[in-house]
Amino acid sequence: MRVALFITCVNDTLFPGTGKAVVSLLRRLGCDVDFPAAQTCCGQMHVNTGYRDEGVRLARHFTEVFAGYDAIVAPSGSCAAMVREQYPKLVQPGSRGAAAVAEVAPKVYDLSEFLLDVLKIDDVGAYFPHRVTYHPTCHSLRSLHLGERPTRLLRNVRGLELIPLGGADECCGFGGTFAVKNPAVSAAMCADKVRNVLDTGAEVLCAADNSCLMHIGGTMKRQRTGVRIMHLAEILAATEER
Amino acid sequence: MSGTFLGMPGGFPANAAVAVQDSQLRYNLRKATHTIRGKRVKAVEELPDWMELRAAGKAIKDHTLRHLDRYLLQMEEAVTRAGGTVHWARDAAEANRIVTDLVKATGEREVVKVKSMATQEIGLNEHLAAEGITAYETDLAELIVQLGEDFPSHFLVPAIHRNRSEIREIFLGKMAEWGRPAPPDLTDDPPALADAARLHLRERFLASKVAVSGGNFMIAETGTLVVLESEGNGRMCLTLPETLISVVGIEKLLPTWRDLEVFLQLLPRSSTAERMNPYTSTWTGSAEGQDFHLVLLDNGRTGVLADEVGRQALRCIRCSACLNVCPVYERTGGHAYGSVYPGPIGAILTPLLRGFDTELDASLPYASSLCGACFDACPVAIDIPEVLVDLRAKVPHGRVERAGMKVAGWVLNNEVRLAKAQRLATRFRKLVPKRLPGPLSAWTDTRDLPDIPEESFRDWWERTRRSERSGRPRNEGGRGVSEER
Repeated sequence: MRVALFITCVNDTLFPGTGKAVVSLLRRLGCDVDFPAAQTCCGQMHVNTGYRDEGVRLARHFTEVFAGYDAIVAPSGSCAAMVREQYPKLVQPGSRGAAAVAEVAPKVYDLSEFLLDVLKIDDVGAYFPHRVTYHPTCHSLRSLHLGERPTRLLRNVRGLELIPLGGADECCGFGGTFAVKNPAVSAAMCADKVRNVLDTGAEVLCAADNSCLMHIGGTMKRQRTGVRIMHLAEILAATEER
Repeated sequence: MSGTFLGMPGGFPANAAVAVQDSQLRYNLRKATHTIRGKRVKAVEELPDWMELRAAGKAIKDHTLRHLDRYLLQMEEAVTRAGGTVHWARDAAEANRIVTDLVKATGEREVVKVKSMATQEIGLNEHLAAEGITAYETDLAELIVQLGEDFPSHFLVPAIHRNRSEIREIFLGKMAEWGRPAPPDLTDDPPALADAARLHLRERFLASKVAVSGGNFMIAETGTLVVLESEGNGRMCLTLPETLISVVGIEKLLPTWRDLEVFLQLLPRSSTAERMNPYTSTWTGSAEGQDFHLVLLDNGRTGVLADEVGRQALRCIRCSACLNVCPVYERTGGHAYGSVYPGPIGAILTPLLRGFDTELDASLPYASSLCGACFDACPVAIDIPEVLVDLRAKVPHGRVERAGMKVAGWVLNNEVRLAKAQRLATRFRKLVPKRLPGPLSAWTDTRDLPDIPEESFRDWWERTRRSERSGRPRNEGGRGVSEER
């Protein structure tokens, strides 16, 4: 199986540790992972902010770069949802672009989908002896319908204590450019999210999307809460050996 | 739509920035929306065929909208046959003039009103007042809003932003100006407040000769109108007065009674989280000597119908489920939206109906984090995030933002340029200020920036690939990366 890593521009630039964790994890599980070097960005920011033309250019680039792989794994529910759910709406039915999207989009998986649905593994042999709470993130929840997949994986991590998060399905207030276009509402939403996180008493807030984590984590750091953020991939990559 | 409450300059973000600081408002909204949220989920879960009902609701509305021309004519014919009179109103001005003329023709100077979004949309009460006619709201919450010289902030609970002590003050201070005064020893006990409103309104119902209503549904096959309500005030207004004028948006049509069955299940459960609402009134033409007039209101709807993505908004049955689940509405309340249609549906319906001419209307498509909770809750499956994104592509963008997005698009569309930009950021990572300047300060006002890493992922990959190819032992392969963020 030819597996490509779609790192996403945010992870590539700001959270390379997440990408390294995905590579480490998938190699441990016996996958040979390729990183198509020409990849850039899925175009979500542009499309969702109202710059459809730029977004469509990025989408075209994406479908060219990732053509021919059996599976494309992304450590971001939001970017995976962009390709799978929104790309088909950006193309003219019957066009060449539509054919390219129909070919590539269904092969894009969020990491937890790939592990559970494709590799059929729900215990990745990870060890992480910490108190963790999980924020499901909106697009993972309502676009990809990941459901229990991420928490199933976390429950099988040795030593990990998973503490349920109150109001888990509520948006953290990131929303891409929403965070700077409506900063007051975004901050108000995050204040409630942070309160829920702190109420769990967890040391680590985990999610399958670093964009949301950047928002919640940035707020928690500003408030000196001492709770750290970790992408799901990083917890799953952690083992007893190290 | 009446341009009555446009808020301050700066559009939705500015209105919202004020609203989120109002602790009373935040408390009221949080309590009300969370309560109704939980109840709605329970009411919906009771029906094993909810998703089928939802799909049927969507299909019926889509079919009706596709053949709206035919069904409207069928409705007109059926109402006329039943002794009613149908009037066609292109816009708010026409509708207001028609209603005013009809009221004047009766010789009356006052009308009682059934809660109606359409008449709020056209600013009917204000228009009637300018013509010397007083409109009395009879829904309890609308009464509170009217007496308080305030604006509704929710479809279903228009006074959601008020608490009971505020309502007591309003009743004590204002009821006398409008009719029977509140008892001087009125407390803020909810039953006492309801009693005061009941006595105040009862006199009005018995005295009024003309009523104005909206309509939840119109059934084309028989020319029947349908109103769902909880308090019985609607039933009073619809049956007691000698003249009844109903102002209804053209998208409210359903072809047959069979179709109504679907919506009588969808609406109450989505709206009040009830299996059935207390009062469902239906009437056809001029029953029992009542003079009946139906004003069919376009006011921008035909334009929305021409919008291939936006037209789904016309499926809306005004249940307010999307408001109750919206994390943005929960923090800002309805007034920030500057329209009778607040919340997620308002963020699409308002600009669809009246365009992007004001700063406020142009900002509404951005009044959402695109979390998708509204789409999930919508009983007629309006994909609100899809419409929001579509409207964002149509709304005029600011110069600075446009330039920034162009540059970002140029950098992101090429891996060499992206890698160069990343290396630039990496080289100057220590120089990034804690607080960013300009529009980006909106991020750093409340959040720390993430640390820029020493190396991008792509550079790490390239470097470790190279060392693998040159035969050296594989790099750490990403183990231990969790410490590096």
